[in-house]
Amino acid sequence: MVPLWMYLAVAAALFCIGVFGVLSRRNAVAILMGVELMLNAVNINLVAFWRYSETGTTLLLNGYAFTAFVLIIAAAEAAVGLGIIITVYRNRRSVIPEEADTLKG
Amino acid sequence: MELNAVTIGFFVFTILTLGGGIGVVTTRNLFQGTIWLMVSLFGVAGYFVLLSAPFLAAVQVLVYIGAIAILITFAVMLTRSVTRIKERYIRTIPSFVASLALFLVLLFGITVPIFGDYPSEMAPTVVMTTRDLGVALVEGNGYVVPFLLASVLLTAAMIGAIFIARDEES
Repeated sequence: MVPLWMYLAVAAALFCIGVFGVLSRRNAVAILMGVELMLNAVNINLVAFWRYSETGTTLLLNGYAFTAFVLIIAAAEAAVGLGIIITVYRNRRSVIPEEADTLKG
Repeated sequence: MELNAVTIGFFVFTILTLGGGIGVVTTRNLFQGTIWLMVSLFGVAGYFVLLSAPFLAAVQVLVYIGAIAILITFAVMLTRSVTRIKERYIRTIPSFVASLALFLVLLFGITVPIFGDYPSEMAPTVVMTTRDLGVALVEGNGYVVPFLLASVLLTAAMIGAIFIARDEES
C-alpha cells in the first residue's frame, strides 16, 4: 500500500496551489476555484487519515461521514458564493474583489 | 514500495490532481481553468477509490464535476468582463513565496515525526461499505442530527442563492 505520508504530501501540495490561486488571482471566480482546490486537499487528508487509522480490525465511519459533510458544505458555499459574484457583477460591472468597496469608509 | 496497480494508480492520480491544480492557477482563460479544475477534481475522486471510499468518489464526480464545475462555467459566462482586465495577477512573487513556504512547512511537519512516531503503516483490512454509511446516517446514535442539519443547510443555501442572484427589475 502507498504510505500515509505520500497522500498527505500530495494534499499539502494541492492546498498550497489553491493558496497561491486565492492570493494572486484578480478574478473572483478564479479565487473561488482556488478555494475549491483547498477544500479538496482537506478532503484527501480526511479520507487518508480515516483509512489509515487504527481502530482494531474494522473501521468506524467517523472520517467517512465527516468528508461527506464537508462535501455538502462545499456545495452550499459554491452556490452562494457564485450567486454573490453574479450580483456584484450586475451592480458594479466588475468581478475584481478590490473594486467592490461600497462599505469602505 | 512495490510496483502494483495501487501504486501506479496513485502516481497517475497525482499527476492528474497536481497538474490540474497548476493549470487552474496559471491559465489565463477561465474556461480552460474550469476544464483544468475538472481534471484535478477527477484525480481527487481517484484517490477516494484508492482509499476504499467508492461512495465519496461517486459523490465527488456527481457534485463537483457535474454540478460545481457547470456552475462555475455559468458564472464565467455571466460575468464576462466588458472592460477587459489588464492584469490578471496581483502580488505574484509574494504569493508564490508565501505558498512555497507554507508547502515546505507542511512537508516538514508531514515527513519529520515531531509528535511521536508514526502508527504502523498497516491499515485495517475490513472496511465499512456504503450500506453501513447509509445506516449510520439515519441511526439514532449515528449521524442523524448532522444529516438533518445538512439538509436544512442545503435548502437554505439554495433559497439564498436564488434570492441573491435574482434580477430585481423582472
